[in-house]
Amino acid sequence: MAKVNLEVDLNGLKLQNPVTTASGTFGFGPEYYQYVDLNRLGGVMVKGTTLNPKQGNATPRIAETPSGMLNAIGLQNPGVDHFLKKILPEIRDYKFETIVNISGNEVEDYAKLASKLNVEGVGALEINISCPNVKKGGLAFGTQPEMAASVVQAVRVETDLPLITKLSPNVADITEIARAVEEAGTDVISLINTLLGMKIDINSQKPILANKMGGLSGPAIKPVAIRMVYQVAQAVQVPLIGMGGISNADDAIEFFLAGASAISVGTANFVNPEVTMEILDGIEEYLVEKGYRDINDIIGKAIEKKNNIV
Amino acid sequence: MSQRVIKEILSQEEIAPKHFKMVIDAPEIVEGAKPGQFLHLKWVDNIGGDPLLRRPISINDMDKDSGELSIIYRVLGRGTELLSRLSKGDKVDIMGPIGKGFSIPKEARKVVVVGGGMGIAPLYPIVKELLNKDREITLFLGGADEGQLLNLKDYEEMDLELKTSTVDGSHGYKGFVTDLLEEALDGADYIYTCGPEGMMEVVQEKAKKLGVKGEASLEERMGCGTGACLSCVCKIKVGTKDDWEYKKTCTQGPIFPVEEVIFNG
Ligand SMILES: Cc1cc2nc3c(=O)[nH]c(=O)nc-3n(C[C@H](O)[C@H](O)[C@H](O)COP(=O)(O)OP(=O)(O)OC[C@H]3O[C@@H](n4cnc5c(N)ncnc54)[C@H](O)[C@@H]3O)c2cc1C
Ligand SMILES: Cc1cc2nc3c(=O)[nH]c(=O)nc-3n(C[C@H](O)[C@H](O)[C@H](O)COP(=O)(O)O)c2cc1C
Ligand code: FES
Repeated sequence: MAKVNLEVDLNGLKLQNPVTTASGTFGFGPEYYQYVDLNRLGGVMVKGTTLNPKQGNATPRIAETPSGMLNAIGLQNPGVDHFLKKILPEIRDYKFETIVNISGNEVEDYAKLASKLNVEGVGALEINISCPNVKKGGLAFGTQPEMAASVVQAVRVETDLPLITKLSPNVADITEIARAVEEAGTDVISLINTLLGMKIDINSQKPILANKMGGLSGPAIKPVAIRMVYQVAQAVQVPLIGMGGISNADDAIEFFLAGASAISVGTANFVNPEVTMEILDGIEEYLVEKGYRDINDIIGKAIEKKNNIV
Repeated sequence: MSQRVIKEILSQEEIAPKHFKMVIDAPEIVEGAKPGQFLHLKWVDNIGGDPLLRRPISINDMDKDSGELSIIYRVLGRGTELLSRLSKGDKVDIMGPIGKGFSIPKEARKVVVVGGGMGIAPLYPIVKELLNKDREITLFLGGADEGQLLNLKDYEEMDLELKTSTVDGSHGYKGFVTDLLEEALDGADYIYTCGPEGMMEVVQEKAKKLGVKGEASLEERMGCGTGACLSCVCKIKVGTKDDWEYKKTCTQGPIFPVEEVIFNG
């Protein structure tokens, strides 16, 4: 029996513990069965799912960078119908919450995805608003508060499932987008997605990625992610799921202290496939060592309370 | 079944300029490993996560009795450079064995094996297995120079027909390994190949011309090594027309039917 309470309640989305896996880095879960006791995870954000199957980008799709990596997978996925028919039945009995990360090119795509995914076995939806809006000339939904809000509203009317909106860090003021999606009805905010980056091979004198640009993830982005979680935690009331470079329990705890109620582990799964289990154990050890009985007691601890009434 | 283990290096030596052979004590990995499978390797100390990712390296040899396995690799960038600095007693972090491995169909009585450059490394276990199963082997090894003809001394002791070629003429035929291929393929039942894409493409073309099927071992940049991240995909033909789909080199490969691979895709 656990010595401390690790359960978190994210505005109605209950997780047995705050350790989840980040979309695109953990497949649908079973890919890791040889390394991880999947039943011990709080949640699995599955690979970004679209209405129709997507082949994704040409290779190379990844490049290593100092303490990080770039990826341009291009949302390769089997499509929502395949997910519902073939994949969900295989993962629904695990104890983790299945959180479906959804992506679209138009607002209507998100709405259709939400309506199709309104089924038992899906624990929540995570709206990826980093995708380009084809109708608005490819500008990412996540870079403009009105566009971000319109996606959240469209999804909200289609589903009663807990809604997580995942923010892109490629913006000037992340709190502005956070407020807009809170206003539009999201239950939870997750952050951060990858930072847009690039790497050039000096021998071939060409970009390494076939897509030229890609998303930076891993330890290199952690300070940016911590800063953004800290800022957003003070700008909104909804709970946060923090991610970006989490590689061990110490990193995870930093996110809790910055204001995240749960965390997602992404790139670190590639480096150490067992890392989620080590993080879970490490969080518990930290709480015990510091004399806490409940994970909820450390959430937002690093934020100075300005208007302490009594 | 793949697993992650942290294991001790029994020895490491530079067998040719920039080419290293590392022997590791890893009975758990060796136990279930098959020819053609690979390891996803990491040095133990990468404090601060740099360099971040694991490196895929094929199993070059394994001994089920002693539990020892060896890898042969070339120093290319920072990751392999760091690996090359390790020595006896140091530890490596291994995920493996990964991938499907080669198969040996019953009808493959007379086989041709073609390896070029670092692509020679993964072929040693399958050649050994083919010999165990009494198959007739013609083995082609190609490299820039004699030093690149990995496992040459071992192969010379074996009951097989060995044909070597080097670009500088320091061993065997002077030129490309594929120049010698056609004659041997005539009458062969099956082919195994690993090497630079350009080489394998020629092998594919010649095998197709003579109606010989077989298997190729591919290389792609890898993230997870578990089938989760989709960074390692390669183009594989499906159906009868020009249709293809992306398959994962890590868990659905790295071995694919040679006739189905779309090279330089
Ligand atoms: C299934 C498989 C088996 C392999 N077996 C062997 C082997 O037995 N011996 C051997 O010498 N090499 C082998 N390779 C190639 C080996 O993985 C690369 O040479 C190595 O990753 C280069 O790392 P680096 O740090 O030296 O180079 P860097 O250029 O610094 O690497 C940067 C990034 O690119 C990746 N990368 C660079 N070149 C390659 C490549 N050719 N293939 C895949 N990823 C690459 C690295 O893994 C790393 O993520 C194999 C590759 C695969 C996919
Ligand atoms: C290979 C790869 C694929 C990803 N695919 C998705 C995706 O489909 N949808 C999404 O919202 N985020 C995706 N991400 C972003 C991650 O979920 C995460 O937000 C980001 O990588 C930061 O966390 P990390 O540093 O722990 O990896 C992907 C990241 C990587 C590395
Ligand atoms: S390396 Fe991640 S899917 Fe193959």
